[in-house]
Amino acid sequence: MVFSIPSTTLRQSFSVAFTVGLYGTAFGAASVAAGLTVLQTCLLSLLTFTGASQFAAVGVVSAGGGAVAAIATAGLLGTRNALYGLQMAPRVQARGWRRILAAHWTIDESTNVGIAQETLGAAAVKAGFWLTGGGVYLFWNLFTLAGALGAKAIGTPEAWGLDAAVPAAFLGLLWPRLTSRATRIIALSAVVFSLAATTALPLGTAIIASAVVAVVAGWQA
Amino acid sequence: MASLMTLWLIVLGTSLVCFATKVAGYLIPERWIHHERVQRINGLMPIVLLSALVAVQSLTTKTHLVIDHRLAGIAVALGALVLRAPFPLVVLSAALTSGLLVHWHLA
Repeated sequence: MVFSIPSTTLRQSFSVAFTVGLYGTAFGAASVAAGLTVLQTCLLSLLTFTGASQFAAVGVVSAGGGAVAAIATAGLLGTRNALYGLQMAPRVQARGWRRILAAHWTIDESTNVGIAQETLGAAAVKAGFWLTGGGVYLFWNLFTLAGALGAKAIGTPEAWGLDAAVPAAFLGLLWPRLTSRATRIIALSAVVFSLAATTALPLGTAIIASAVVAVVAGWQA
Repeated sequence: MASLMTLWLIVLGTSLVCFATKVAGYLIPERWIHHERVQRINGLMPIVLLSALVAVQSLTTKTHLVIDHRLAGIAVALGALVLRAPFPLVVLSAALTSGLLVHWHLA
């Protein structure tokens, strides 16, 4: 597939894969704290493999939401992966089972590291994509298992601050996206809307209902 | 707490929807979703949903607004982010703050 990989590509891919993989610990712990079994937690990381959607699914569960609300919220957060796929398809040029694997490994990190190698040539883009995708897959799943087993072992989530660690993890994922005044106003609107919706709408539907804020804000340029 | 059956449905449903979305990106023609408004709304979706998740998880219990140990944890996490702390430190500082408050029965 790839015979010579620039050392910068290799280094970038590994450091991104390991750092992001570490977040898997937080996911594993959050998922078990929300009531999922260790097996269910690990399957989410193996089969869904897109962090924000996984966090959202277990977040909706711990907020009391049902299956439809959880799946819809996770699905909406995952739509950006389709846009990444559009960008990566002509660059990866995979066929058959390799294309399926490429699709499964198409996430924020693999896409961004891949495209960042553009100045080093097409082969480096492919290498960056595959190494980062595969690396994150490996570490994310290992650390998910570690986090799930850890949370299982400690029992009471509140005593260990897990109920605060989960929204803190969301905040950490959100923070780098708040790059402009407009995005900060939209984020604040979503906070207010979701809190109002919590008191007014059926249990567990407030988060998915907040999607309307994105539709309203994005309607006009 | 959701039933085991519901949880399985969520695990498999989420996996299926997210995987199908990724595969769609490799299969569908670009012009289908290359609509400016769709892209703009889609770009805002993570910001809105993550904000809603932060708010709901730190300030509500069931259908009530609640101020407790979790909010203190989030406040510390926010401070850590402002100080450009790395992600694991942000999460740990929130957990430690919240956990200690529970331990000392302060909130």
